[in-house]
Amino acid sequence: MRRLWALFLVFTLALTACSSGTTNSNSTAPAGSGDKPIELEFYFPVAVGGPITKIIDGLAADFTKENPNIKVTPIFGGSYQDTMTKVATAVQGGNAPDMAVLLSTELYTLLSMNAIENLTPQFEKSYIDDFFEGFMANSKVGDDVWSVPFQRSTIVLYYNKDAFKAAGLDPEKAPSNWQELREYAQKLTVKDGQGNVTQWGLEIPSTGFQYWMFQALALQTGDNIMSGDGKQVFFDNPANVEALQFWHDLGKKDKVMPEGIIEWATVPSDFLSGKTAMMFHTTGNLTKVKNDASFDFGVAFLPANKQFGSPTGGGNLYVFKDIPEENKKASAKFIEFLTSPERVAQWSIDTGYVATRKSAYETDTLKKYVTDFPHAKVAMDQLQYANSELSTYQNGQVQKILNDNIQAALNGTTSVNEALQKAQTQADQVLKNFK
Amino acid sequence: MEKKVNWLTGTGRGSLPPTRWKKNAFAYSLLLPSMIFLILFTYYPTLKSIYLSFFNSTMGQTEFVGLQQYKQLLEDDIFLKVMKNNLLLAIGTVPTSIFLAIYLAIWLNGKLKANAFLRAAFFYPTVIPMIAIANIWLFIYTPSYGLLDQFLEVFGVKGVNWLGDPSWVMYSMIFMLIWKEAGFFMIFYLAGLQNLPQDVYEAARIEGAKPFQIFRHITFPLLMPTTMFVLIIAVTNSFKLVDHLYIMTKGGPDNASNLLLYYIYETAFSFWDMGKASVLTVVLLVILLAISIFNYAYLDKRIHY
Repeated sequence: MRRLWALFLVFTLALTACSSGTTNSNSTAPAGSGDKPIELEFYFPVAVGGPITKIIDGLAADFTKENPNIKVTPIFGGSYQDTMTKVATAVQGGNAPDMAVLLSTELYTLLSMNAIENLTPQFEKSYIDDFFEGFMANSKVGDDVWSVPFQRSTIVLYYNKDAFKAAGLDPEKAPSNWQELREYAQKLTVKDGQGNVTQWGLEIPSTGFQYWMFQALALQTGDNIMSGDGKQVFFDNPANVEALQFWHDLGKKDKVMPEGIIEWATVPSDFLSGKTAMMFHTTGNLTKVKNDASFDFGVAFLPANKQFGSPTGGGNLYVFKDIPEENKKASAKFIEFLTSPERVAQWSIDTGYVATRKSAYETDTLKKYVTDFPHAKVAMDQLQYANSELSTYQNGQVQKILNDNIQAALNGTTSVNEALQKAQTQADQVLKNFK
Repeated sequence: MEKKVNWLTGTGRGSLPPTRWKKNAFAYSLLLPSMIFLILFTYYPTLKSIYLSFFNSTMGQTEFVGLQQYKQLLEDDIFLKVMKNNLLLAIGTVPTSIFLAIYLAIWLNGKLKANAFLRAAFFYPTVIPMIAIANIWLFIYTPSYGLLDQFLEVFGVKGVNWLGDPSWVMYSMIFMLIWKEAGFFMIFYLAGLQNLPQDVYEAARIEGAKPFQIFRHITFPLLMPTTMFVLIIAVTNSFKLVDHLYIMTKGGPDNASNLLLYYIYETAFSFWDMGKASVLTVVLLVILLAISIFNYAYLDKRIHY
């Protein structure tokens, strides 16, 4: 009997010890006695096709080979959103990781959580200046650098050259403006005897990242849909109404695109299986399309309305605040390692993401790749017209508001005008505390 | 004599014979591990959610606001839509899947010889992980080349955008859920059927009762305890659905398939609005409690065991 009691006592103690132990582990870690290796926790998501996990593990191992006293432990976090959830939970539990790849648009959320480290003092100015301006826009607030561009993307137009030939179009000439886009899409929409569509002219996905696609159309028509400081949005201005109306009409009026909602993940499969002749999608899928396409395909700028335009997207490298000073130094070192021109070039080739630094395009690796596979350069050339992705305070909520209303408009449950006005009012409500 | 109060039983030690005290202590110590887990993972989070629901807390800053967030919830269009969807889901799935489960169970109970395969086939959906199920159905519902549309094409019917059309998405979810739940509940009914007394059936057959009469007057009333159990599970399940939504629709399009638990998840982990998420959690708690109370306090009394 007494032994049993003792057993339960031990059990209870063990349980309470566990629960308090995890929160302490970070703060009680020795403040580095020089010879002890520094261990870095590095959370990363996977958002595009390809063996990303394997590549990251390889990079971490290479880094330890060069810096034997620093060990990087990459931790796969799932999708961008899952990774953010894990990181934010860890931060609030006082157990922040050292580094993470998170969406560049999470900047203001992470700032209001007071979670991330200002990286301005960690890097040389010349290093930061080497990154493309289009990518830095989402990484800075004013002159302060809060994150470093890593797996960055942008939207491009993919088109099936075989389908172009079949429709009597020049396969070397992609549509360059909205008028042409509409005409080409019309010619590329193929119907069978019963009037069922067997090949669509165009697909623009409208789940998951519909605000991003909307932003592209908006940037082609006017200015960006939010202010640079993340405190204001301009969803309902006339240029944006025109942009959403065009998107809506492609499906509902011109009937060159499936009506209603088109799933983000099925659009590349539709393109690869010939169900659609053109698609708007992230460059992050370029390597997958290159490997899997059984036909000749082209990559082009998104067609212009008044000008070319596309938002950037993808993930940045963040360093967290609540970690020992030497871990911050080591993290900065790892970031410089990851973003060295040679590795940025290789990363871009392996994944399809856009190389983030100008000097990466000077490397022989990427020069040679671009000569053999000119598609890889399209995204970079388009960057001069690029602008930052929708990122505001309370970003999750603001994006959801816009996302819901875009879907309502595309489905025809509300008019385009009404949807954007509603989105504006709701977003203003959310953002009013930050003005 | 000094009277010591026993903290476990609440009674004076002197009034209890020592053997009974020992027995009680032993019983409680056996319960202790479960108790700890129950407190740690059920009672504590419940109380904490109720407590947090009175605070406006976004991004780590908390501020007492009383019942204000409850009031705001009533003006929240998405919340009202979510509740409507949830109600539709419960009404759509619960009766149908229970009816199907009874039907399948009786059918399979009769054919004792070749039914191991059939039982496995109908129970199969319960064994596959939720995420895998969601992905399979995502493919089934894909417009044009999904399994469902290809099947319909055989009959010359043109499919719709099952998950992308706000007027169809809930029905698509309901259909999938019935497929998944019916096989699960069937197992309970099969177990229930195996335990029914055979002499009653014999007597009924001698009296010349028709199969439907037998079902109506013997099988169904005798299965009521099982039905009660299944009913609780079915209704609570319909309020707990989240995995499928996460994979298949993310609550879209335009919240047409958003459900309470997913909305809580979104509010907490996409918007980081812990205050509102706590309020929503309290709403979910009240609903689940109400279902249980209704079942145990009302239905339970009308069932003969």
